[in-house]
Amino acid sequence: MTSIVSVRDLRKAYSSGFEALKGVNLEIEEGEILALLGPNGAGKTTLISTICGITLPTSGTVAVGGHDTQSGYRGARDLIGLVPQEINLEPFETVMNSVRFSRGLFGKPRNDAYIEKILKQLSLFDKKDSKIMALSGGMKRRVLIAKALSHEPRVLFLDEPTAGVDVELRKDMWDVVADLKASGVTIILTTHYIEEAEAIADRVGVISKGEILLIQDKAELMSQMGKKQLVVDLQDVITDVPAKLKSYDLEVGENGMSLIYTYDTKGERTGITTLLNDLQKAGLQMTDMKTQQSSLEDIFVGLVKETA
Amino acid sequence: MNFTAVASIYRFEMARFFRTVTQSIVSPVLSTSLYFVVFGTAIGSRIQEVEGVSYGAFIVPGLIMLSVMTQATSNASFGIYFPKFIGTIYELLSAPVNFLEITLGYVGAAATKALFIGVIILLTSFFFVDISIAHPFWMMGFLVLTCVSFALLGFIIGIWAGNFEQLQLIPLLIITPLVFLGGSFYSVTMLPPVWQTITMFNPVVYLISGFRWAFLDTADVPVGLSLLAIALFTGACVAAIWWIFRTGWRIRE
Repeated sequence: MTSIVSVRDLRKAYSSGFEALKGVNLEIEEGEILALLGPNGAGKTTLISTICGITLPTSGTVAVGGHDTQSGYRGARDLIGLVPQEINLEPFETVMNSVRFSRGLFGKPRNDAYIEKILKQLSLFDKKDSKIMALSGGMKRRVLIAKALSHEPRVLFLDEPTAGVDVELRKDMWDVVADLKASGVTIILTTHYIEEAEAIADRVGVISKGEILLIQDKAELMSQMGKKQLVVDLQDVITDVPAKLKSYDLEVGENGMSLIYTYDTKGERTGITTLLNDLQKAGLQMTDMKTQQSSLEDIFVGLVKETA
Repeated sequence: MNFTAVASIYRFEMARFFRTVTQSIVSPVLSTSLYFVVFGTAIGSRIQEVEGVSYGAFIVPGLIMLSVMTQATSNASFGIYFPKFIGTIYELLSAPVNFLEITLGYVGAAATKALFIGVIILLTSFFFVDISIAHPFWMMGFLVLTCVSFALLGFIIGIWAGNFEQLQLIPLLIITPLVFLGGSFYSVTMLPPVWQTITMFNPVVYLISGFRWAFLDTADVPVGLSLLAIALFTGACVAAIWWIFRTGWRIRE
């Protein structure tokens, strides 16, 4: 895979002196969905704005499809579609005209058939002649996506696309993202909903205080950092881990009615078989058992706390 | 050059104008008619001829200039300030367009609106006074140049403005006084000598004088000087806009 977006040592300091980006390096591969996770004020939007040309970097370079975003800005921006975080739309214009305007701005000849196709895909077609001010918040967000897609971009940036959006629309958006990926569009989305990254991303980057803490394949990340727990429910109450079982990483659960065993899913032996044997030998009666895996959220919270 | 983008911005801005076309036309027509009634008919009837023409006819070029300058400035400043205010400017900044294309689109649309209003005022004035246009070609030339140069100035104001008060500030505090004191309603030669000298530092004097020459064939300052002044003013505005986009001042900070 070749990288379509290449960010090198990108720094951005605002005139107030605030350093929003502190030397970001990032390679985004063609056709992937990359989720950038981070708390508010981590620098997610600044990173996207700088790649898209809305903010000028203090130092460092960005290349999109091989075009430097400053010296070859036309080539770079031709490839990019941007869905901003805020709902920024001309309220008095109609949906159709607004999307048409976006396409024209990117120098593409008028193509109403294509725009109508996008509007249908986003369930906006019956609103095409409505003024934007008459639309609901979710509809407006769809208009933003339609505008970003109007010029057939190769790379789509979605800055918190589902912030403040209801569950149904969020699922719709995930479907749209999946369709776009299928058509070969590279997608970068920022979010602070971990479930979103978990649901749709191929790779996950964690950004905090202007630095990328980690960027990794989602499945790999979860298996590498994911701890799994086996909870064994007991018939009788115990107050402490029996002496025979001290060699295991065990905790007594709530009410003393269970034992919790934490193990590494990546380890060669999980030790479950021997543990269960030893539990029996220790004379403990088991009533039930279940396993639970840490989510991306736990990983994320752990990472951000570590660096805080 | 991304001409499609220029045309898109131009069309989008003109659509804003045509959405409110009634108020865009009614207000200048009404205010011009009032000027004619008050200055042309009521006061003008007691004023002897100015530079060989009736006072009513004398103020026509000044009146057109007054409206055109304020309209070009306010349309252009609002045109670029509004996207900044509502946030849609992100789209312009992330599109493959350069400063020249953005400026052409916005300034072109603002200048067109001002020109449209200028022509309407000219047509309205035919109902009130007898006017002849000595140099129609130059008249249009001066009119277009004024529309463009003041739209450029308005564009700069729109980028600079951080709120709606600032958007109104420059037109109110600088442009309106300069236009009123620029010989819209009188000939510079009517002023005492000291004020005649001071007036020469007012750039608007050159524009109104040149425009009036196109109508009446008489001017306060040589026509060549008027053209030079308008060229310098336009050049300064273009240079300022180029600098703004190069540095990202107030836009890409």
